[in-house]
Amino acid sequence: MTSKKYILGVFNDEDVLLNAIEKIRAAGTKIHDVFSPYPIHGIDDVLGIQRSRLPIVAFFCGLCGTSFALWMQIYMLGFDWPMIIGGKPHISIPAFIPVTFELTVLFAAFGMVITFFIISGLRPTMKVPVMDVRSTDDKYVMAIELKEGIDITQLNDLLRSNGAIEVNEKEVVK
Amino acid sequence: MQHVSPIREPLVTGGKTYADITEDVCRQVEAKPNIRWMMALGVSLVFLGIFLYSVYRTLWYGIGEWGLNKTVGWAWDITNFVWWVGIGHAGTLISAILLLFRQKWRTSINRAAEAMTIFAVICAAMFPVLHMGRPWLAYWVLPLPNTFGSLWVNFNSPLLWDVFAISTYFSVSLVFWYIGLIPDFATIRDRATGPIARRAYALLSMNWTGSAKHWSRYETVSLILAGLATPLVLSVHTIVSMDFATSVIPGWHTTIFPPYFVAGAIFSGFAMVLTLMIITRKVFKLEDYITLEHVESMNKVITLTGSIVGVAYITEFFIAWYSGVEYEQYAFINRATGPYWWAYWSMMTCNVITPQLFWFRSIRRSLTATFIISIFVNIGMWFERFVIIVTSLHRDFLPSSWVMFSPTAIDVGIYVGTMGLFFTLFLLFAKFFPVVNMAEVKSILKSSSGVSHTHNPDASMHGTAPNHPTKHD
Repeated sequence: MTSKKYILGVFNDEDVLLNAIEKIRAAGTKIHDVFSPYPIHGIDDVLGIQRSRLPIVAFFCGLCGTSFALWMQIYMLGFDWPMIIGGKPHISIPAFIPVTFELTVLFAAFGMVITFFIISGLRPTMKVPVMDVRSTDDKYVMAIELKEGIDITQLNDLLRSNGAIEVNEKEVVK
Repeated sequence: MQHVSPIREPLVTGGKTYADITEDVCRQVEAKPNIRWMMALGVSLVFLGIFLYSVYRTLWYGIGEWGLNKTVGWAWDITNFVWWVGIGHAGTLISAILLLFRQKWRTSINRAAEAMTIFAVICAAMFPVLHMGRPWLAYWVLPLPNTFGSLWVNFNSPLLWDVFAISTYFSVSLVFWYIGLIPDFATIRDRATGPIARRAYALLSMNWTGSAKHWSRYETVSLILAGLATPLVLSVHTIVSMDFATSVIPGWHTTIFPPYFVAGAIFSGFAMVLTLMIITRKVFKLEDYITLEHVESMNKVITLTGSIVGVAYITEFFIAWYSGVEYEQYAFINRATGPYWWAYWSMMTCNVITPQLFWFRSIRRSLTATFIISIFVNIGMWFERFVIIVTSLHRDFLPSSWVMFSPTAIDVGIYVGTMGLFFTLFLLFAKFFPVVNMAEVKSILKSSSGVSHTHNPDASMHGTAPNHPTKHD
């Protein structure tokens, strides 16, 4: 059981929030995370979030799907139990395209989504993990981890002067 | 301050704030079910009962309970199958293709439309499975190791392509729908007061916190899923049409089928979305989110796809004549003037003539007219499938085997029964899930609502914040 303390700055407006992120990062304070009820465009740049590599995951999963589908059909109808159906050759690639396409999409979609769930730690759970419940409604919450040596009042002033309407403390037990 | 765009109508009216959106959408999830919802569910359950009874008869006594005969071996079952699959297409189209095209008006209708997709595909899947006669052996369509017999499934058969197409389509649509629901489940979870609701929505929301990093990945995932689902939508109905087009039956063996079926699917799907949304917005008081602008946009899509379908009908006729194949020519003349002329002309009236009324702006923006026309389109598209299937089969190459098809009560029971299944699922969805995608509507609110919500005086003057250029694309 470890517990971490966070200072939460609550904001009312996304533009104020974006400005505040820039100012606070410029002041040398590390922002733990920002919570919002919807995706804010442009927040990746100011927070320094790297572009997701999920498209690459999707591409390679799709490639696996393509190869698997082609291998499966060619092996089954071409080698394991060759049969002449409607006078077509055993390995009739044009007839294999629909199934290959579908499995490519299936593998790409599921591979990417499962990766997304795993890397984001999204799994069914009973505990409510939010810092501030209003961040799924209409407020934007900036969380700054309270490490030793950080002056709380200074942080409070920094958040307030950059437009936070409230500053709260929150302890998260893991 | 008024809406900043002089060209576009606001997509969210009524001067909503972010909190209002949460409140309006969560209201019917949190409130006790109202009497109209209960009555609607009651009616749907009666139809679901009819469905279960008809399925029981079909399974117990066999396919002989249906009106199929030796010549018309596929009638209402495949008609209903293609009809339902087509209805499903609008949901994915709205959520995927319109996302890629950056059409913001999709945000308040995509959730319900995707739900409709899922339920329509479930209804569709009932028909081929029941038509097998022995549905408990339905897993034989999967490429399982051949210890079951000595054969693999036939990958040259369009019916098997269907298995892959429909199941991929269903599962990818389900995932797409669920990913979109996660943030909204989190919102409901954080508002929930009862312990059961909180636990249920906590499980459904999968630990979602709304972290900036998660949102960033979420948007990437949505975009890639949209990119994957777009060709998928087109492929599914293309493959369904290949069930017919790769055969040698005059009237089916047509290269125009894939694009024509896809256009028809979108056409009927949008009609069903309209039918449902006009009722839903009224019952759940969502008029500020599903506005006349939304209805009009969908009507424009209906006009376009309806016209494509109309052109396809004419092209089919022309090509039948131009081919010089007497069987092909006969099949089409028989459609228009033979014993099923009434089905053909119902199709023509409903699909070609009615949607053209949407060229008039007053009709396009009238809810009553839209509702009536959307029902007509649904009927017309059902007749389209019926005409393609039954009129092509009932007079085959041998005049001695020419027969008429007439459905039995069980045929009718299964068809109206799937509507009971569909509406039961839709009503349960509308009660327990957020009908409008709150997170997405919130993300377009600033740029597309009737009122500018910004507190930044500089931003409200120009309608855009200086560090925010992408929002107004």
